[in-house]
Amino acid sequence: MTHTQGRVVLDSADISRALTRLAHEIIERTQGAQNVTLMGIPTRGVALANRLAQRISEIQGSPVEVGAIDVTMYRDDLRMQPARALLPTVLPDAGIEGRLVILVDDVLYSGRTIRAALDALSEHGRPQAVQLAVLVDRGHRELPIRADYVGKNLPTAKTESVQVQLSEHDEIDQIVIRQAS
Amino acid sequence: MKHLLSTADLTRDDAILILDTANQLAQATSQGVGKLPPLRGRTVVNLFYEDSTRTRISFEAAAKRLSADVINFAAKGSSVSKGESLKDTALTLEAMGADAIVLRHGSSGAANTLANSGWISGSVVNAGDGTHEHPTQALLDAYTLRRHLREGAGDLAGATVTIVGDILHSRVARSNVHLLKTLGANVRLVAPPTLLPFGVDTWDADVSYDLEDALVGADAVMMLRIQQERMNAAYFPTIHEYSQRYGLNQVRVNLMNQGSIVMHPGPMNRGVEITSEVADSPQSVIVEQVTNGVSVRMAVLYLMLGGNEATV
Repeated sequence: MTHTQGRVVLDSADISRALTRLAHEIIERTQGAQNVTLMGIPTRGVALANRLAQRISEIQGSPVEVGAIDVTMYRDDLRMQPARALLPTVLPDAGIEGRLVILVDDVLYSGRTIRAALDALSEHGRPQAVQLAVLVDRGHRELPIRADYVGKNLPTAKTESVQVQLSEHDEIDQIVIRQAS
Repeated sequence: MKHLLSTADLTRDDAILILDTANQLAQATSQGVGKLPPLRGRTVVNLFYEDSTRTRISFEAAAKRLSADVINFAAKGSSVSKGESLKDTALTLEAMGADAIVLRHGSSGAANTLANSGWISGSVVNAGDGTHEHPTQALLDAYTLRRHLREGAGDLAGATVTIVGDILHSRVARSNVHLLKTLGANVRLVAPPTLLPFGVDTWDADVSYDLEDALVGADAVMMLRIQQERMNAAYFPTIHEYSQRYGLNQVRVNLMNQGSIVMHPGPMNRGVEITSEVADSPQSVIVEQVTNGVSVRMAVLYLMLGGNEATV
Protein backbone atom coordinates (compact mmCIF):
# COMPACT_ATOMS: atom_id res chain seq x y z
CA MET A 1 0.00 0.00 0.00
CA THR A 2 1.48 3.34 -0.98
CA HIS A 3 0.61 6.59 0.72
CA THR A 4 0.22 10.11 -0.58
CA GLN A 5 2.22 12.94 0.93
CA GLY A 6 -0.05 13.35 3.94
CA ARG A 7 -1.45 16.19 5.97
CA VAL A 8 -0.13 17.24 9.38
CA VAL A 9 -3.13 17.53 11.67
CA LEU A 10 -1.31 18.06 14.99
CA ASP A 11 2.15 19.56 15.35
CA SER A 12 4.56 19.39 18.25
CA ALA A 13 2.92 22.20 20.25
CA ASP A 14 -0.55 20.68 19.73
CA ILE A 15 0.65 17.31 21.02
CA SER A 16 2.30 18.92 24.02
CA ARG A 17 -0.88 20.84 24.92
CA ALA A 18 -3.04 17.73 24.46
CA LEU A 19 -0.79 15.71 26.78
CA THR A 20 -0.82 18.45 29.42
CA ARG A 21 -4.61 18.53 29.30
CA LEU A 22 -4.76 14.71 29.52
CA ALA A 23 -2.50 14.82 32.57
CA HIS A 24 -4.83 17.32 34.28
CA GLU A 25 -7.89 15.27 33.38
CA ILE A 26 -6.33 12.12 34.80
CA ILE A 27 -5.46 13.89 38.06
CA GLU A 28 -8.97 15.33 38.32
CA ARG A 29 -10.81 12.09 37.54
CA THR A 30 -8.62 9.98 39.85
CA GLN A 31 -8.46 12.42 42.80
CA GLY A 32 -4.77 13.10 42.52
CA ALA A 33 -3.59 9.98 40.69
CA GLN A 34 -2.34 8.40 43.96
CA ASN A 35 -3.27 4.81 43.07
CA VAL A 36 -2.68 5.20 39.32
CA THR A 37 -0.40 2.96 37.23
CA LEU A 38 0.08 4.03 33.61
CA MET A 39 0.63 1.08 31.25
CA GLY A 40 1.74 2.05 27.76
CA ILE A 41 1.10 -0.23 24.77
CA PRO A 42 4.29 -0.58 22.69
CA THR A 43 5.67 1.05 20.77
CA ARG A 44 4.41 4.62 20.90
CA GLY A 45 1.97 4.12 23.76
CA VAL A 46 4.98 3.55 26.03
CA ALA A 47 6.55 6.87 25.05
CA LEU A 48 3.22 8.61 25.68
CA ALA A 49 2.78 6.89 29.06
CA ASN A 50 6.23 8.10 30.09
CA ARG A 51 5.44 11.66 29.02
CA LEU A 52 2.11 11.61 30.87
CA ALA A 53 3.76 10.19 33.99
CA GLN A 54 6.30 12.98 33.93
CA ARG A 55 3.62 15.66 33.55
CA ILE A 56 1.44 14.20 36.30
CA SER A 57 4.36 13.94 38.72
CA GLU A 58 5.41 17.52 37.96
CA ILE A 59 1.91 18.78 38.69
CA GLN A 60 1.37 16.58 41.76
CA GLY A 61 4.92 16.63 43.09
CA SER A 62 4.97 12.86 43.55
CA PRO A 63 6.04 10.12 41.12
CA VAL A 64 3.53 8.01 39.16
CA GLU A 65 3.97 4.31 38.47
CA VAL A 66 4.51 3.57 34.79
CA GLY A 67 5.05 0.39 32.79
CA ALA A 68 4.51 -1.28 29.42
CA ILE A 69 2.24 -4.11 28.33
CA ASP A 70 2.86 -5.99 25.08
CA VAL A 71 -0.33 -7.31 23.50
CA THR A 72 1.13 -9.21 20.52
CA MET A 73 0.35 -12.74 21.70
CA TYR A 74 -3.20 -11.76 22.70
CA ARG A 75 -4.24 -10.26 19.35
CA ASP A 76 -7.22 -11.79 17.55
CA ASP A 77 -5.50 -11.36 14.17
CA LEU A 78 -2.33 -13.23 15.20
CA ARG A 79 -3.04 -16.04 12.72
CA MET A 80 -3.76 -13.63 9.85
CA GLN A 81 -0.11 -12.75 9.23
CA PRO A 82 3.35 -14.12 10.00
CA ALA A 83 4.23 -14.26 13.70
CA ARG A 84 5.29 -10.83 14.86
CA ALA A 85 8.25 -9.85 16.96
CA LEU A 86 7.42 -9.53 20.65
CA LEU A 87 7.91 -6.26 22.49
CA PRO A 88 8.84 -5.73 26.12
CA THR A 89 6.34 -5.93 28.98
CA VAL A 90 7.55 -3.93 31.97
CA LEU A 91 5.71 -4.19 35.25
CA PRO A 92 6.24 -1.54 37.93
CA ASP A 93 7.58 -2.91 41.22
CA ALA A 94 4.17 -2.55 42.87
CA GLY A 95 2.56 -4.67 40.12
CA ILE A 96 -0.98 -3.94 39.00
CA GLU A 97 -2.95 -5.80 41.67
CA GLY A 98 -5.52 -3.42 43.18
CA ARG A 99 -4.18 -0.44 41.22
CA LEU A 100 -6.12 1.92 38.96
CA VAL A 101 -4.48 0.98 35.66
CA ILE A 102 -4.70 3.46 32.81
CA LEU A 103 -3.83 1.92 29.44
CA VAL A 104 -2.11 4.42 27.15
CA ASP A 105 -1.98 4.14 23.36
CA ASP A 106 -1.39 6.48 20.46
CA VAL A 107 -4.40 5.80 18.22
CA LEU A 108 -7.77 4.25 19.12
CA TYR A 109 -9.33 2.69 16.00
CA SER A 110 -11.06 -0.72 15.91
CA GLY A 111 -10.58 -1.29 19.66
CA ARG A 112 -9.02 -4.70 19.03
CA THR A 113 -5.64 -3.73 20.47
CA ILE A 114 -7.32 -2.58 23.68
CA ARG A 115 -9.28 -5.82 23.94
CA ALA A 116 -5.98 -7.71 23.63
CA ALA A 117 -4.43 -5.42 26.25
CA LEU A 118 -7.22 -6.23 28.72
CA ASP A 119 -6.48 -9.93 28.29
CA ALA A 120 -2.73 -9.40 28.62
CA LEU A 121 -3.26 -7.30 31.74
CA SER A 122 -5.36 -9.95 33.45
CA GLU A 123 -2.37 -12.35 33.35
CA HIS A 124 -0.53 -10.02 35.72
CA GLY A 125 -3.20 -9.44 38.34
CA ARG A 126 -6.58 -7.92 39.08
CA PRO A 127 -6.54 -4.14 38.92
CA GLN A 128 -9.08 -2.16 40.96
CA ALA A 129 -10.21 -0.65 37.62
CA VAL A 130 -8.88 -0.17 34.10
CA GLN A 131 -9.22 3.06 32.13
CA LEU A 132 -8.00 4.08 28.69
CA ALA A 133 -6.14 7.19 27.55
CA VAL A 134 -5.35 7.78 23.86
CA LEU A 135 -3.74 10.61 21.99
CA VAL A 136 -6.05 10.22 19.00
CA ASP A 137 -9.51 8.67 18.64
CA ARG A 138 -10.15 8.19 14.94
CA GLY A 139 -13.48 6.33 15.21
CA HIS A 140 -14.58 3.14 13.38
CA ARG A 141 -14.86 0.94 16.48
CA GLU A 142 -15.43 -2.78 15.92
CA LEU A 143 -15.82 -3.65 19.60
CA PRO A 144 -17.72 -2.06 22.51
CA ILE A 145 -14.70 -0.09 23.78
CA ARG A 146 -14.35 3.64 24.44
CA ALA A 147 -11.60 5.85 25.78
CA ASP A 148 -11.81 7.66 29.14
CA TYR A 149 -9.28 10.32 28.13
CA VAL A 150 -8.89 11.53 24.53
CA GLY A 151 -6.21 13.95 23.35
CA LYS A 152 -7.89 14.67 20.02
CA ASN A 153 -10.99 13.33 18.28
CA LEU A 154 -10.01 12.96 14.65
CA PRO A 155 -12.84 11.98 12.28
CA THR A 156 -11.30 9.88 9.52
CA ALA A 157 -12.29 7.76 6.58
CA LYS A 158 -11.42 4.07 6.73
CA THR A 159 -9.33 4.57 3.62
CA GLU A 160 -7.07 6.98 5.48
CA SER A 161 -4.19 6.11 7.79
CA VAL A 162 -3.28 8.04 10.94
CA GLN A 163 0.36 8.06 11.92
CA VAL A 164 1.57 9.39 15.26
CA GLN A 165 5.25 10.35 15.19
CA LEU A 166 7.05 10.95 18.47
CA SER A 167 10.59 12.19 18.98
CA GLU A 168 11.46 9.08 21.04
CA HIS A 169 11.08 6.97 17.88
CA ASP A 170 10.77 9.36 14.95
CA GLU A 171 12.57 12.57 14.19
CA ILE A 172 9.71 14.81 15.14
CA ASP A 173 6.49 15.16 17.17
CA GLN A 174 3.52 15.26 14.78
CA ILE A 175 0.39 13.47 13.67
CA VAL A 176 -0.11 12.88 9.95
CA ILE A 177 -3.18 11.72 8.03
CA ARG A 178 -2.55 10.03 4.72
CA GLN A 179 -4.87 8.79 2.03
CA ALA A 180 -4.09 5.15 1.31
CA SER A 181 -4.01 4.68 -2.46
CA MET B 1 11.65 -20.68 6.69
CA LYS B 2 9.05 -23.27 7.49
CA HIS B 3 11.36 -25.80 9.15
CA LEU B 4 14.32 -25.55 11.52
CA LEU B 5 16.74 -28.20 10.28
CA SER B 6 20.16 -26.61 10.54
CA THR B 7 21.66 -23.47 12.01
CA ALA B 8 23.41 -22.98 8.66
CA ASP B 9 20.00 -21.92 7.27
CA LEU B 10 19.69 -19.02 9.73
CA THR B 11 20.76 -15.51 8.75
CA ARG B 12 22.13 -13.18 11.41
CA ASP B 13 18.78 -11.36 11.52
CA ASP B 14 16.85 -14.65 11.89
CA ALA B 15 19.10 -15.74 14.74
CA ILE B 16 18.83 -12.41 16.54
CA LEU B 17 15.02 -12.39 16.12
CA ILE B 18 14.87 -15.84 17.76
CA LEU B 19 17.14 -14.74 20.63
CA ASP B 20 15.22 -11.48 21.16
CA THR B 21 11.91 -13.34 21.12
CA ALA B 22 13.32 -15.82 23.65
CA ASN B 23 14.30 -12.87 25.81
CA GLN B 24 10.75 -11.48 25.88
CA LEU B 25 9.29 -14.93 26.55
CA ALA B 26 11.75 -15.50 29.40
CA GLN B 27 10.70 -12.19 30.85
CA ALA B 28 7.01 -13.14 30.70
CA THR B 29 7.86 -16.34 32.57
CA SER B 30 9.84 -14.44 35.19
CA GLN B 31 6.87 -12.08 35.61
CA GLY B 32 4.80 -15.05 36.65
CA VAL B 33 2.82 -15.63 33.44
CA GLY B 34 2.71 -19.43 33.48
CA LYS B 35 0.85 -19.83 30.24
CA LEU B 36 0.76 -17.71 27.09
CA PRO B 37 -1.97 -18.03 24.46
CA PRO B 38 -0.43 -17.86 20.96
CA LEU B 39 -0.43 -21.58 20.04
CA ARG B 40 -3.90 -22.40 21.31
CA GLY B 41 -5.37 -25.08 19.04
CA ARG B 42 -2.01 -26.03 17.52
CA THR B 43 -0.67 -29.54 17.95
CA VAL B 44 3.03 -30.23 18.47
CA VAL B 45 4.27 -33.83 18.27
CA ASN B 46 7.52 -34.80 19.95
CA LEU B 47 8.72 -37.71 17.82
CA PHE B 48 11.75 -39.18 19.57
CA TYR B 49 13.60 -42.16 18.13
CA GLU B 50 16.51 -41.72 20.55
CA ASP B 51 16.60 -41.46 24.30
CA SER B 52 16.51 -37.93 25.55
CA THR B 53 15.36 -36.45 28.79
CA ARG B 54 16.13 -32.77 28.74
CA THR B 55 15.44 -32.02 25.09
CA ARG B 56 12.07 -33.73 25.07
CA ILE B 57 10.96 -32.26 28.39
CA SER B 58 12.21 -28.87 27.29
CA PHE B 59 10.21 -28.95 24.04
CA GLU B 60 7.18 -30.24 25.91
CA ALA B 61 7.36 -27.46 28.50
CA ALA B 62 7.92 -24.86 25.76
CA ALA B 63 4.92 -25.98 23.70
CA LYS B 64 2.66 -26.22 26.76
CA ARG B 65 3.60 -22.76 28.01
CA LEU B 66 2.44 -21.44 24.63
CA SER B 67 -0.88 -23.33 25.03
CA ALA B 68 -0.22 -25.89 22.28
CA ASP B 69 -1.47 -29.44 22.57
CA VAL B 70 1.48 -31.80 22.93
CA ILE B 71 1.69 -35.43 21.86
CA ASN B 72 4.78 -37.31 22.99
CA PHE B 73 5.76 -40.18 20.77
CA ALA B 74 8.68 -42.28 21.92
CA ALA B 75 9.78 -44.96 19.47
CA LYS B 76 10.29 -47.46 22.28
CA GLY B 77 7.01 -49.14 23.05
CA SER B 78 5.36 -47.85 19.88
CA SER B 79 4.65 -49.35 16.47
CA VAL B 80 8.21 -48.42 15.55
CA SER B 81 9.40 -51.36 17.62
CA LYS B 82 7.07 -53.43 15.42
CA GLY B 83 8.98 -52.20 12.38
CA GLU B 84 6.95 -49.19 11.29
CA SER B 85 8.94 -46.87 9.02
CA LEU B 86 9.48 -43.15 9.56
CA LYS B 87 7.24 -42.59 6.56
CA ASP B 88 4.28 -44.49 7.97
CA THR B 89 4.69 -42.92 11.39
CA ALA B 90 4.78 -39.49 9.74
CA LEU B 91 1.67 -40.22 7.69
CA THR B 92 -0.13 -41.31 10.85
CA LEU B 93 0.85 -38.12 12.66
CA GLU B 94 -0.20 -36.06 9.64
CA ALA B 95 -3.60 -37.77 9.66
CA MET B 96 -3.95 -36.78 13.32
CA GLY B 97 -3.37 -33.13 12.43
CA ALA B 98 0.12 -32.35 13.70
CA ASP B 99 1.07 -28.69 13.06
CA ALA B 100 4.70 -29.32 13.96
CA ILE B 101 6.85 -32.38 14.47
CA VAL B 102 9.85 -32.13 16.75
CA LEU B 103 12.10 -34.96 15.56
CA ARG B 104 15.00 -36.63 17.34
CA HIS B 105 16.50 -39.42 15.24
CA GLY B 106 19.68 -41.45 15.22
CA SER B 107 20.28 -40.99 11.49
CA SER B 108 21.89 -37.83 10.17
CA GLY B 109 19.54 -36.15 7.75
CA ALA B 110 16.33 -37.68 9.16
CA ALA B 111 14.77 -34.27 9.86
CA ASN B 112 15.64 -33.13 6.37
CA THR B 113 14.03 -36.24 4.89
CA LEU B 114 10.87 -35.72 6.90
CA ALA B 115 10.64 -32.03 5.99
CA ASN B 116 11.12 -32.54 2.25
CA SER B 117 9.30 -35.84 1.84
CA GLY B 118 5.82 -34.48 1.18
CA TRP B 119 4.55 -36.88 3.89
CA ILE B 120 3.49 -34.04 6.14
CA SER B 121 2.19 -30.51 5.70
CA GLY B 122 3.36 -29.17 9.09
CA SER B 123 6.69 -27.78 10.24
CA VAL B 124 9.67 -29.88 11.27
CA VAL B 125 12.01 -28.92 14.09
CA ASN B 126 15.24 -30.88 14.17
CA ALA B 127 15.84 -31.89 17.78
CA GLY B 128 19.03 -33.77 16.90
CA ASP B 129 19.71 -36.00 13.90
CA GLY B 130 22.56 -38.48 14.28
CA THR B 131 25.91 -36.70 14.32
CA HIS B 132 24.62 -33.92 12.07
CA GLU B 133 22.86 -31.02 13.81
CA HIS B 134 20.99 -29.94 16.93
CA PRO B 135 19.96 -26.36 16.11
CA THR B 136 17.94 -25.50 19.23
CA GLN B 137 20.89 -26.51 21.43
CA ALA B 138 23.11 -24.07 19.53
CA LEU B 139 20.45 -21.37 19.86
CA LEU B 140 20.18 -21.84 23.61
CA ASP B 141 23.97 -21.78 23.87
CA ALA B 142 24.07 -18.53 21.88
CA TYR B 143 21.33 -17.12 24.11
CA THR B 144 23.31 -18.05 27.22
CA LEU B 145 26.53 -16.58 25.79
CA ARG B 146 24.78 -13.36 24.80
CA ARG B 147 23.24 -12.99 28.26
CA HIS B 148 26.60 -13.28 29.99
CA LEU B 149 28.94 -11.67 27.48
CA ARG B 150 26.76 -9.09 25.70
CA GLU B 151 24.08 -8.19 28.29
CA GLY B 152 21.40 -10.04 26.37
CA ALA B 153 21.35 -7.94 23.19
CA GLY B 154 22.78 -7.90 19.69
CA ASP B 155 25.21 -10.51 18.37
CA LEU B 156 28.44 -12.14 19.65
CA ALA B 157 30.91 -10.21 17.51
CA GLY B 158 34.44 -10.57 18.83
CA ALA B 159 33.69 -13.20 21.48
CA THR B 160 35.93 -16.26 21.53
CA VAL B 161 34.32 -19.63 22.27
CA THR B 162 36.32 -22.83 22.74
CA ILE B 163 34.51 -26.12 22.09
CA VAL B 164 36.22 -29.16 23.60
CA GLY B 165 35.80 -32.89 23.23
CA ASP B 166 34.08 -35.32 20.95
CA ILE B 167 33.70 -33.03 17.91
CA LEU B 168 33.50 -36.09 15.64
CA HIS B 169 30.18 -37.35 16.98
CA SER B 170 28.83 -34.02 18.15
CA ARG B 171 25.81 -32.50 16.45
CA VAL B 172 25.98 -29.80 19.12
CA ALA B 173 29.43 -28.74 17.88
CA ARG B 174 28.34 -28.64 14.25
CA SER B 175 25.28 -26.51 14.96
CA ASN B 176 27.29 -24.24 17.22
CA VAL B 177 30.08 -23.62 14.71
CA HIS B 178 27.56 -22.41 12.09
CA LEU B 179 25.58 -20.24 14.46
CA LEU B 180 28.51 -18.75 16.35
CA LYS B 181 30.15 -17.73 13.08
CA THR B 182 26.85 -16.21 11.86
CA LEU B 183 26.74 -14.19 15.08
CA GLY B 184 30.33 -13.01 14.64
CA ALA B 185 32.11 -15.08 17.31
CA ASN B 186 35.49 -16.78 16.90
CA VAL B 187 35.34 -20.53 17.38
CA ARG B 188 38.16 -22.81 18.55
CA LEU B 189 37.77 -26.58 18.42
CA VAL B 190 39.87 -28.79 20.68
CA ALA B 191 40.02 -32.58 20.56
CA PRO B 192 42.43 -35.45 20.11
CA PRO B 193 42.97 -36.07 16.36
CA THR B 194 40.85 -39.22 16.52
CA LEU B 195 37.81 -37.24 17.67
CA LEU B 196 37.96 -34.62 14.93
CA PRO B 197 35.81 -35.21 11.85
CA PHE B 198 37.29 -35.66 8.40
CA GLY B 199 37.44 -32.29 6.66
CA VAL B 200 37.42 -30.26 9.89
CA ASP B 201 40.10 -28.03 8.34
CA THR B 202 37.43 -26.68 5.99
CA TRP B 203 35.21 -25.60 8.92
CA ASP B 204 35.18 -21.94 9.84
CA ALA B 205 37.06 -22.53 13.11
CA ASP B 206 40.56 -22.82 14.55
CA VAL B 207 41.48 -26.40 15.39
CA SER B 208 43.89 -27.37 18.14
CA TYR B 209 44.98 -30.53 19.96
CA ASP B 210 46.06 -28.57 23.03
CA LEU B 211 43.34 -27.57 25.48
CA GLU B 212 45.40 -25.13 27.54
CA ASP B 213 46.55 -23.15 24.47
CA ALA B 214 42.96 -22.89 23.31
CA LEU B 215 41.68 -21.61 26.65
CA VAL B 216 43.99 -18.60 26.85
CA GLY B 217 41.96 -15.58 25.75
CA ALA B 218 38.65 -17.45 25.54
CA ASP B 219 35.41 -15.91 26.81
CA ALA B 220 33.60 -19.21 27.12
CA VAL B 221 34.32 -22.91 27.00
CA MET B 222 31.82 -25.51 25.89
CA MET B 223 32.60 -29.02 27.09
CA LEU B 224 31.12 -31.87 25.07
CA ARG B 225 30.12 -35.21 26.50
CA ILE B 226 32.20 -38.24 25.67
CA GLN B 227 29.53 -40.23 23.85
CA GLN B 228 30.25 -43.77 24.90
CA GLU B 229 27.14 -45.02 23.08
CA ARG B 230 28.60 -43.87 19.74
CA MET B 231 32.10 -45.18 20.39
CA ASN B 232 32.43 -48.31 18.32
CA ALA B 233 36.21 -48.05 18.06
CA ALA B 234 39.02 -47.01 20.38
CA TYR B 235 39.36 -43.25 19.94
CA PHE B 236 41.69 -42.76 22.90
CA PRO B 237 43.73 -45.14 25.08
CA THR B 238 41.84 -44.74 28.37
CA ILE B 239 39.20 -42.50 29.92
CA HIS B 240 41.83 -41.48 32.45
CA GLU B 241 44.25 -40.32 29.78
CA TYR B 242 41.51 -38.40 27.98
CA SER B 243 40.54 -36.73 31.22
CA GLN B 244 44.15 -35.76 31.93
CA ARG B 245 44.62 -34.07 28.56
CA TYR B 246 41.14 -32.81 27.68
CA GLY B 247 39.23 -32.63 30.96
CA LEU B 248 38.34 -29.22 32.36
CA ASN B 249 39.58 -28.44 35.86
CA GLN B 250 39.79 -25.19 37.82
CA VAL B 251 43.45 -24.58 36.91
CA ARG B 252 42.53 -24.66 33.23
CA VAL B 253 39.43 -22.51 33.75
CA ASN B 254 41.69 -19.85 35.26
CA LEU B 255 43.49 -19.53 31.91
CA MET B 256 40.40 -17.96 30.35
CA ASN B 257 39.45 -14.29 30.26
CA GLN B 258 37.97 -12.44 33.23
CA GLY B 259 34.19 -13.00 33.35
CA SER B 260 34.31 -16.09 31.18
CA ILE B 261 31.75 -18.88 31.50
CA VAL B 262 31.76 -22.69 31.47
CA MET B 263 29.07 -24.50 29.47
CA HIS B 264 28.01 -28.10 28.90
CA PRO B 265 25.00 -29.31 26.90
CA GLY B 266 24.49 -32.21 29.33
CA PRO B 267 24.30 -34.88 30.41
CA MET B 268 27.73 -34.52 32.04
CA ASN B 269 30.25 -37.23 32.77
CA ARG B 270 31.62 -35.74 35.98
CA GLY B 271 35.25 -36.62 36.44
CA VAL B 272 35.72 -37.33 32.71
CA GLU B 273 35.35 -34.18 30.62
CA ILE B 274 34.70 -31.87 33.58
CA THR B 275 35.50 -31.96 37.29
CA SER B 276 32.70 -31.54 39.82
CA GLU B 277 34.51 -28.52 41.21
CA VAL B 278 34.21 -26.71 37.87
CA ALA B 279 30.69 -27.97 37.10
CA ASP B 280 29.42 -26.55 40.40
CA SER B 281 31.49 -23.35 40.37
CA PRO B 282 29.97 -19.86 39.98
CA GLN B 283 31.41 -19.63 36.47
CA SER B 284 29.39 -22.67 35.40
CA VAL B 285 26.12 -21.80 33.64
CA ILE B 286 25.18 -25.42 32.98
CA VAL B 287 21.93 -25.35 34.95
CA GLU B 288 20.97 -21.99 33.45
CA GLN B 289 21.39 -23.50 29.97
CA VAL B 290 18.48 -25.81 30.73
CA THR B 291 16.24 -22.89 31.75
CA ASN B 292 17.27 -20.94 28.66
CA GLY B 293 16.49 -23.98 26.52
CA VAL B 294 12.81 -23.70 27.33
CA SER B 295 12.71 -19.99 26.41
CA VAL B 296 14.58 -20.54 23.15
CA ARG B 297 12.33 -23.44 22.14
CA MET B 298 9.28 -21.32 22.96
CA ALA B 299 10.67 -18.65 20.63
CA VAL B 300 11.23 -21.14 17.81
CA LEU B 301 7.73 -22.63 18.15
CA TYR B 302 6.13 -19.19 18.39
CA LEU B 303 7.89 -17.87 15.30
CA MET B 304 7.05 -21.02 13.33
CA LEU B 305 3.46 -21.61 14.43
CA GLY B 306 2.23 -18.32 15.93
CA GLY B 307 1.24 -16.67 12.65
CA ASN B 308 -0.24 -17.81 9.39
CA GLU B 309 3.20 -18.67 8.09
CA ALA B 310 6.61 -19.08 9.71
CA THR B 311 8.54 -15.88 10.40
CA VAL B 312 12.06 -17.29 10.38
